[in-house]
Amino acid sequence: MNLGVEQAKAWIDQMNELFQQQKQYLTELDQAIGDGDHGWNMARGFQEAVDKISSNRYEDLGTLLKDVAMTLIAKVGGASGPLYGTAFLKMSQVLAGKQEGNEQEWIAALGEALAGLKARGKAQVGEKTMIDVWEPVVMFLQEKGQLLAREAAQLAQQKMEETKTLEAKKGRAAYLGKRSIGHIDPGSASSCLLFIAFAKVVES
Amino acid sequence: MNHVSLVLVSHSEEIAEGLKKLLEQVAPNVGIAAAGGNNGEIGTNALRIQEAIESVYSEKGTVVLFDLGSALLNAELALEMAGGKERVRIADAPLVEGAYIAAVEAGLGKPLEEVVQACEAVKQMVKIEK
Repeated sequence: MNLGVEQAKAWIDQMNELFQQQKQYLTELDQAIGDGDHGWNMARGFQEAVDKISSNRYEDLGTLLKDVAMTLIAKVGGASGPLYGTAFLKMSQVLAGKQEGNEQEWIAALGEALAGLKARGKAQVGEKTMIDVWEPVVMFLQEKGQLLAREAAQLAQQKMEETKTLEAKKGRAAYLGKRSIGHIDPGSASSCLLFIAFAKVVES
Repeated sequence: MNHVSLVLVSHSEEIAEGLKKLLEQVAPNVGIAAAGGNNGEIGTNALRIQEAIESVYSEKGTVVLFDLGSALLNAELALEMAGGKERVRIADAPLVEGAYIAAVEAGLGKPLEEVVQACEAVKQMVKIEK
């Protein structure tokens, strides 16, 4: 199965819909252990990204994903702008010049996004961040060698839930120390929505 | 430019602009750019930081100072996007005191590495003698 420009656009659309629906929930998660703007930031950033890409025609995935990245970098405050911006920028580099990507190419793009996120945020698994969702999901896809998007989304959900038990070591939540335990990490929740949106597009 | 230049990154536009004014008093000959806030709100913005770096970039070098958390992520991203700017360093220093020392050192014509060292040493500075 190949995913091309139209599917990538649908992915961004789908993510935007989920972020609009869940912005209150994401913001509540962030109010508990962060600065309380994650939902609004993601909703605003992805609305801007959709506005930008819906009016353009794209010849290749790289240009499309780069436009998404630059919009997030320009519009989203806090750490989520540079982090999600970096993820989409890395994907755009892997998929540059391609009208569509096969399963391996998309898995490679997600792998580069993960590498970029880890480098940018200097985070590892177990520190109660988006990496706690991204790394197991990407490793699962790499092991299977197929774009098993529904299973990946289920795994993302499970890993997001598991961030509840972790103590935050990065970002604003790290100031809370042990008091961060018992709360889902907001970045892992928005990352989970990204993989749910991906599964919806792959399955349709 | 004959001096190392400075870029001030803060979540607050007013902090960055106010600090720039403070530094211009001690080092009027040093190029200083403020990159505070995110589109008029609290936050930081990699594109704004990139523009600031490009506006004062000097062959002698440029030091970027930042305040909190995501300011560093955006400063690093800005540096990558600016591309080919070999002589830019992000200093691990408190923003106000670090920038003050950096401005003094840069004003004296010190080379990039010395300016960075001087402002990073500020972390050990005692402000009230016990």
